[in-house]
Amino acid sequence: MYAVRCIDVRKIYKQGDEDVIGLNGVSIEVEEGGFVCLRSPSGGGKTTLLNVMGGLDRPDSGEIWIAGKRIDNLSKAPLARMRLHRIGFVFQAYNLIPVLTARENVEFVMQVQGVSVVDRKKRSLEILSEVGLEGLEDRRPAKMSGGQQQRVAVARAIASNPAIVLADEPTANLDSNTARHLMELFVELNQHRGTTFVIATHDQMVMSYARRLIRMLDGKLVEDIDQEAV
Amino acid sequence: MGTASIVLNLAWRNLWRNYRRTAIMLVAVVVGVWAMIFMSAMMRGMVDGMLVGSIRSLPGHVQIHNPNFRDDPTVNNLFPSPNENLIAVLEQEDVVAWSSRVRVPAVVMSERNFRGVTLIGIDPVAEVSVSFVADDMTEGRFLLGTEDTGLILGRRLAERLETEVGKRVVVLTQDPSNEIVDRGFRVIGVYEAQVASTEEIYAFVGRSTLQTLLGIGGQVSEIAVLGADYRDTEALYHRINAAVGNRLEVLPWYELNRYLSSMLGMMDGFVLIWIVVIFLALSFGLVNTLMMSVFERVREIGLMMALGMKPGVILGQIITESLMLLGMGLLIGDVFAWVTIQRLREGIDLSAVSEGLEMMGAGSVLTPSLQASDVVLATIVVLVLGFLASLFPAMRASRYHPVDAMTKV
Repeated sequence: MYAVRCIDVRKIYKQGDEDVIGLNGVSIEVEEGGFVCLRSPSGGGKTTLLNVMGGLDRPDSGEIWIAGKRIDNLSKAPLARMRLHRIGFVFQAYNLIPVLTARENVEFVMQVQGVSVVDRKKRSLEILSEVGLEGLEDRRPAKMSGGQQQRVAVARAIASNPAIVLADEPTANLDSNTARHLMELFVELNQHRGTTFVIATHDQMVMSYARRLIRMLDGKLVEDIDQEAV
Repeated sequence: MGTASIVLNLAWRNLWRNYRRTAIMLVAVVVGVWAMIFMSAMMRGMVDGMLVGSIRSLPGHVQIHNPNFRDDPTVNNLFPSPNENLIAVLEQEDVVAWSSRVRVPAVVMSERNFRGVTLIGIDPVAEVSVSFVADDMTEGRFLLGTEDTGLILGRRLAERLETEVGKRVVVLTQDPSNEIVDRGFRVIGVYEAQVASTEEIYAFVGRSTLQTLLGIGGQVSEIAVLGADYRDTEALYHRINAAVGNRLEVLPWYELNRYLSSMLGMMDGFVLIWIVVIFLALSFGLVNTLMMSVFERVREIGLMMALGMKPGVILGQIITESLMLLGMGLLIGDVFAWVTIQRLREGIDLSAVSEGLEMMGAGSVLTPSLQASDVVLATIVVLVLGFLASLFPAMRASRYHPVDAMTKV
């Protein structure tokens, strides 16, 4: 069973009068429990691929399947529902809702899902503890460091047991030590919970943690390396 | 439930994110609501004054006549004085007072001048509670009984006739057989009315004295009935109408005086226009505040959408913010308006412009009259128009594309 499967996905952007190729016939499968890094230079297509995988953007053609369900043909509301229940996101910045505390940010997705107050509180406290933020539950993002904020974002991403976590440059705004801790957290969650991770990055340190490394260029997959085998 | 609670939570916290901006908008809403309620109460107070004054200047809340009397208000269209059954109806709890009168056209002649008037024969004891005359005597005395042979004139009429208290005048009128009857009366008192024209029109004598002059026995022209409140005369009117049947005509004040009733209806329209105009001015500020608030957090809105919040929920959140702000403004504005009105419950002395007010039929003291219906109307207008005004920024927020919104600089 694949956590995510893309079949001949194409996406072209308009930039002024010019067409810019975002994805050019990308086909990829990520198995459940996978830990995959997408690498490319800027404009290579890794963020675009992540966005279409997560249902944040719609491909011009091709198919996207998440946990056995095709999502590229869904309308806005079902797509939002799918993102809510099946996908966890960690973005590079502006990851948290500033008016909510760490615990409330983690609870956010569960709250929209309709999880009961007691359950979501219990679960959010467990997860915050799991990502090393015990004692910071009631802090707002402005009172937390960049690394702590990213940990809250990770906690929120995994809180509802999604089929896959998509992380776009999650360490870009972090110092190397904090970035390393975050990657160790990803690995731990991948190994202990079996959560599938797809991470877009151009950070060599991040790539070193991946079991599978996919290189993209001009919207195409140009290399797919099983690092464990290597 | 989960979505509703997150929407409420986010709306409330976002509201206080930029507390200066919210506070300024809140002050604007409070002042707007205060102005809506207070000025409506002032307008109502003025109309109340006009209506109460007009009702006190004879009509009462309900009147009973001969069915032909309104077309031909002469001595030919009388009806017998109330029998026991009618008196029983008029003595019930919802009747504050009632008075039967004889009303005929007449000419009053002094030694220097003459004037056409409406001569009214009253029972002074009953009339005290129904109409204005006894309260507004400025000279001389009021009638003592139905058989009193004195005459009460209005200030203006006395001036026109160049007569005064203590002098005698002659009153001419027609009896039921169209014969001229006349009688000399001594002017025993002069009254001043809220509306100056009333002073020229009405002259008062004892009812029995006039009945004797006209030779009509115990017959009367009208019975004026005063209830507890002019706004609530329907039940009283229907009860009296049912008791009287078809033989007599029963009319509530708003049919007796169409001008007054149309004035009341017009005031309802004015209040609505006033409230809507104030809110329209406010709505520009509201839309601006919401737009700024939305623009400031485009990325955050994109994030929430990316995480799976539906556009409709985003829309609901922005509208909830707007309604929370308006709700607080309504509450505080209502309290301020209520306090202001309470402090002015003795009335505002407008004697400096009393002539203008008299022309409109209002007294020189303006007492604000707070009506629950105006508060409800203001609340509905503020919330409904506030909802509509917040739709534009809310729809704009809900239509963002998550990726575009999150990458917005």
